[in-house]
Amino acid sequence: MATSTSKPLILGIESSCDETGIGIVRGTELLVNAVASSMEEHVRFGGVIPEIASRAHLNEFVPTLESALEQAGVTLDEIDAIAVTSGPGLSGALMVGVAAAKALALASEKPLYAINHLVAHVGVGILDGGKLPENLGALLVSGGHTEILQVNSLADDVVLLGATIDDAAGEAYDKVARLLGLGYPGGPAIDKLATEGNPKAIRFPRGLTMPKFVGTAEEPGKHRHDFSFSGLKTAVARCVEQYLKRGEEVPVADIAASFQEAVVDVITSKAVRACQEHGLSNLLLGGGVAANSRLRELLAARCASAGITLRVPPISLCTDNGAMVAALGSLLVTAGVQPTGLKFSTDSGQPVSLISLPA
Amino acid sequence: MHLLAIDTSANASAALLEISDPHNVRIIGSFTSVENNDHAEALAPAIQMLLNEATLDGKNLAGIAVGVGPGPFTGLRVGLATARTLSFVWGVPLHGVMSLDAICFDAVRSGVESDFIVAIDARRKEVYWARYDVTGALLDGPNVTVVEELPALPVYGSGAGLYSERLEATGAKVSEEFRQTNPSAVALGTRAAQRLAAGEEMLSSEPLYLRESDAKVPAVMKGKLL
Ligand SMILES: [Zn+2]
Repeated sequence: MATSTSKPLILGIESSCDETGIGIVRGTELLVNAVASSMEEHVRFGGVIPEIASRAHLNEFVPTLESALEQAGVTLDEIDAIAVTSGPGLSGALMVGVAAAKALALASEKPLYAINHLVAHVGVGILDGGKLPENLGALLVSGGHTEILQVNSLADDVVLLGATIDDAAGEAYDKVARLLGLGYPGGPAIDKLATEGNPKAIRFPRGLTMPKFVGTAEEPGKHRHDFSFSGLKTAVARCVEQYLKRGEEVPVADIAASFQEAVVDVITSKAVRACQEHGLSNLLLGGGVAANSRLRELLAARCASAGITLRVPPISLCTDNGAMVAALGSLLVTAGVQPTGLKFSTDSGQPVSLISLPA
Repeated sequence: MHLLAIDTSANASAALLEISDPHNVRIIGSFTSVENNDHAEALAPAIQMLLNEATLDGKNLAGIAVGVGPGPFTGLRVGLATARTLSFVWGVPLHGVMSLDAICFDAVRSGVESDFIVAIDARRKEVYWARYDVTGALLDGPNVTVVEELPALPVYGSGAGLYSERLEATGAKVSEEFRQTNPSAVALGTRAAQRLAAGEEMLSSEPLYLRESDAKVPAVMKGKLL
């Protein structure tokens, strides 16, 4: 068995939502990022159906593993450690990846790390540009989560600064896309249509921006860095209803653009403010919504004017994948963190403070 | 010649069996969880313990037998994901067995006098069940229904214990001895060993869900708004 911990060879497994991901990294070098997605099967439902996702994970796991090993040209014997997402995520989906990961670790006699999915979205940064900077913040935006993190040390000190208190941003995109008849997934559809609409046509609410929630830098309100998108979704529904009631044509492009502007405005302004108030001069963007053109544009502009250096990994590393789990595993092995072993449970609400589960 | 058996259609269970003589299968070690919701935690450590205690390398197994259900989905998948992965890494054959066959095996061994039913909890006020003849041959099933739809025959398994009054009201007879019995890896593996020795065809490791995912297409997707 290889024992080099300077460039450990790590296999990462991700199954917290609808992507079955297996990634293999050596140190900070990405060898393979194999992903099987059940997205197509969720299209007619307009959102991820947990039971369908879990069934797909079971079917995809071994074939994805096999193809990842083959593409990377490595054998299980050569692997130094295995890492798996233990949470947060959909419980039934996590359970499949964790069961498979445990079996893999047991059969190949490798140490196993139970890893935090959100922190892995940050850890993936090492695969694109190597070591991550100090004073690092992270903005994670996807169909399953929306968070701002303060990353003091990826191995042992990550703090949650803010998170959505209801829907994830990507979920709001999916629901609004459904209302507008744009299909699933909603993000790309709305992003595309928004380019043809006027983002100022309708003023949709920005969640949790009222003074009572935000407070001041000295006396922060309860939800200063938190998000809420369920009110926005309802406002879009009301708006569409009004047009229908009046028998007028629904200005779909304007609604899409105005909705997108509301989401992106609140996300970027809150992320930049959180960075400024916590002395974070670097920001990493992660999660599937990182593909959104308006989010990237406005975030880049606002970071630039605030003097914050923005880092956005390639989109294939931003969406859920196994390489990010392997990357964080590599960081933990290198830092000398002890493996979790085989006895842990999945934790659908795993806090970011639990970067990997203790043995 | 060793067989590893796994079933998670009810509680997590695993067994390591010596199957050189299929008529005298020996239990090297076995595990059954006392919890019904700890499959993902308990199964892998239990298998590791069984192999370690036997100082057996998984690569030297003659095969793995896994219960393919029916059973509650999440637990069932833990067993299947585990078995498929072990089979892949060790390069040993994987054999699927219908999970209710495990209880059938125990029932036949305890002596049955007629066709009988095996039933386990399917949640949502239903049971997973199948009908067998006195030799243990499968006649009907597996099915998932309320107990009132079962034929009025002796019923074996935890599904019978759970709904004993309603079953007896239909004229069925609940086996007292088996009213808490769930599919066990020992019985499942023994049955698998005998079938393998007899050259019978085994199932694949496709899960027998018997129910759709229950996902509903939302109203707005069908052209209705809110
Ligand atoms: Zn994610």
